[in-house]
Amino acid sequence: MNAALSIVLDAVSYGMVLFTISIGLSIMMGLMRVVNLAHGAFAMIGGYFASYALKQLGLSYPFAIVVAVLGTIVISAPLELLLYRRIYRGASELTQLLLTIGVTFVIIGLANYAFGPTSKPIPLPASLSGPFDLGFRMMPTHRLFVIACGLTTALLLWLLIDRTDFGVRLRAAVDNGGMAEALGIRTQVIYSLTFAIAVGLGALGGVVGAELLPIEPFYALRYMVTFLVVVSVGGAGSILGALSASLLLGLADTTGKYLAPEFGEFFFYLAVIVIVFLFPNGLLGRAQ
Amino acid sequence: MTRALLQLHDVSRSFGGLKVNSEVSFTLAEGDRVALIGPNGAGKTTLVNVITGDLSPSEGRITFDGHDITRLSIPARVRAGLVRSFQITRLFTGLTVAENVALAVMQRKGLTWRMFAGATFTSGVREEWRQVLDLLGIGHLAGRPVTELAYGQQRLVDLAIGLALNPKVLILDEPAAGVPHDEAPKILDAIARLPAEIAVLMIEHDMDLVFKFAKRVLVLAGGRLIFEGDAASVTADDNVRRAYLGSYADGRRRA
Amino acid sequence: MVRQVVVPLVVIGGLGGVGYLLFPDDLAFLTRLISITLLVLSLDLVVGYCGIATLGHAALYGVSAYVAGNVCLIGRSDPLTLLAVGALAGAVVGLVSGAIVARFRGLPQLVLSIAIGQLVGALSNKLSSLTGGSDGLSGITPGRVFGVFSFDMFGRTGYAFSLAVLAVVFVLLSRLVASPFGLICRGIRDDNLRARMIGAAVYPRLIAMYGISGAVAGIGGALTAINTGVVGLDSVSFERSAEGLVMLVLGGAGSLWGALFGAIIFQVFEHLVSAANPFHWMTLVGLLLIAIVLFAPRGLGPAATALWRRARGGER
Repeated sequence: MNAALSIVLDAVSYGMVLFTISIGLSIMMGLMRVVNLAHGAFAMIGGYFASYALKQLGLSYPFAIVVAVLGTIVISAPLELLLYRRIYRGASELTQLLLTIGVTFVIIGLANYAFGPTSKPIPLPASLSGPFDLGFRMMPTHRLFVIACGLTTALLLWLLIDRTDFGVRLRAAVDNGGMAEALGIRTQVIYSLTFAIAVGLGALGGVVGAELLPIEPFYALRYMVTFLVVVSVGGAGSILGALSASLLLGLADTTGKYLAPEFGEFFFYLAVIVIVFLFPNGLLGRAQ
Repeated sequence: MTRALLQLHDVSRSFGGLKVNSEVSFTLAEGDRVALIGPNGAGKTTLVNVITGDLSPSEGRITFDGHDITRLSIPARVRAGLVRSFQITRLFTGLTVAENVALAVMQRKGLTWRMFAGATFTSGVREEWRQVLDLLGIGHLAGRPVTELAYGQQRLVDLAIGLALNPKVLILDEPAAGVPHDEAPKILDAIARLPAEIAVLMIEHDMDLVFKFAKRVLVLAGGRLIFEGDAASVTADDNVRRAYLGSYADGRRRA
Repeated sequence: MVRQVVVPLVVIGGLGGVGYLLFPDDLAFLTRLISITLLVLSLDLVVGYCGIATLGHAALYGVSAYVAGNVCLIGRSDPLTLLAVGALAGAVVGLVSGAIVARFRGLPQLVLSIAIGQLVGALSNKLSSLTGGSDGLSGITPGRVFGVFSFDMFGRTGYAFSLAVLAVVFVLLSRLVASPFGLICRGIRDDNLRARMIGAAVYPRLIAMYGISGAVAGIGGALTAINTGVVGLDSVSFERSAEGLVMLVLGGAGSLWGALFGAIIFQVFEHLVSAANPFHWMTLVGLLLIAIVLFAPRGLGPAATALWRRARGGER
């Protein structure tokens, strides 16, 4: 029983990290139809920013997160302008794949040049380190923080997309870009803002999840496909889909690693194959 | 009595709550030249997609040459002799004109599993595509990549592919649509020279073309077949006028 | 006929000679280059000739290497037998992969290909009795070619053997892509619906091509086991799949010569540059990919021919 609870708690926190990083990619893929393999690289950049802010600049954890998110968005802006815009909604999967792999490789190379090949820790503040007493068991505070982050992100995003003006325009642009344009909605602005949100969320996830996914130059390559896979399983553009997929895959992975650790990510990808075969557009996705 | 080739038995197709085709029944026999007309949104394209297998009917049956093909896959229907051309031309864009037609010839002859034989220019194949291209007057374009052709010429290649499949029933979806005026005669010419024994169903908006080509006319409106008869009587029919002109038909008659 | 048989033999033989002159002390690098080139050729069959997007192709290559390695270790060490075994293993993995990957198109296809690759990678790690796990399979000592030529320390036999294998495979593939089967696959790549509407069943043909592609990759994998004597987890890695795709795109997918030259050029540059600093190499490759996508999307091969044509046209 205790083991099962441990598995579930670990699975949920891993799932939430996956979600926080992947949801940005999901929205971007849902709207701009970009297969972006560089998303993990942006999460990594966020992690590097946070590490630098905490260790070199001595900022507090919340500030470091803000620096990470804003810094990553700033760095990604010229990439969006010069590169990503050319592959929205029309370019073939192969083209998008190759361009974003290229971006990832460049980022990895530069990250190594700037920070070296060792992993950069992101030290947690005292309030978040150590165990937390849930009453019936102890749990690392950080895990709870991660879960809380994920849920808050989901809630805020839902509010943004479902309840705000921006959200309405976003959904219009997703459903029918041409029509949205004709109605005066400036889709390019929406794309750019969405890109920024996606990247920012990725960075947030990268920072918050650094305990589980350590920050080092090959982070971007190691998890290059993970986030794409999570988004595809959930269905691009669906918050609930991304949440379900993250938790489901997190569970498959964590259970597998507990019960048969030498199998590595076998069960994660087995789950992916089964789910995609049954739901090619994702659990909650729509056919493109 | 000519042999019936394609028969629709009360075919219906719905999308969710919307019934796009309702109980459509008709027969195409050898040698038929039939036009399918109707106002926009009448369900013509959906009906054609159901006939060719791109969509399955919600109700009803389709028989081809005596066999029930309602559940048959698209490739199987084509191999049985039910061929269609597209409203918006679809060609193999990376290939030449000759290769496009040769593929159809080879596929029909069951050659496309051969992995070490020659393709486009082997004897048996070469003569056939040359013949079809010459018939349509585009033999001189054989070596050109299809992407370099004018739109009207691409339409002819599309038609050539259809002919190369030796169809029993050929469905032409707006064959002259989008074709510049000076190129249209070529297409009409080609249609006039189609083999006499095949049945041709043409979806068209251009009434001149319908009168030139069709011996029978089917009118689809609101998903239903509201008229079947010869070209001469179609314009006089009350139901047809109402379908196209709406209340104006009644208005004019009253006046 | 001439084009499909004589030209490849001459060109590949010529390239082999040039390689020997340029890297006489590094034949191991050249034999590895040939193995990877076979992987890239196999990838071209499904990506360039069938239009399938895959990032999991290394599975076909790596599994065959492991199988060939194991067969050699249990005593069947005749190199030609090992090649046949590799081809067979590759074909089987190819057929299974194809059945899964070719079932859908677009994003689901890509994700399934990735998942298969990662699955095989994880499995290879787990089944360490067969693969040696992270230490890899080693001690693979092939027998003599035709019972006469033994694999010497300098790699000359290995090089000549691999070169011959590459030439033969290339000739066979030249015939394949010019055949009716090759043409229908290209048609399927261009327009899936149109192919069905001329009566061709698409799914079975894609699976078949995947099987053939697997056989080619399998030959490459077997060669690697034979020549290097070791097989490691890197041969089933995502990096191997991605790298193969980069090489293919560099030369131009959809053309056997494009795959060949892309693979050769990339690996030569990698050999020269990446020894210095692997991260700088990575940055360069990234920039190269971006440049190709933006300026030469059909690969350097077609871009070069277009430039050549324009230059010649200008002179007239």
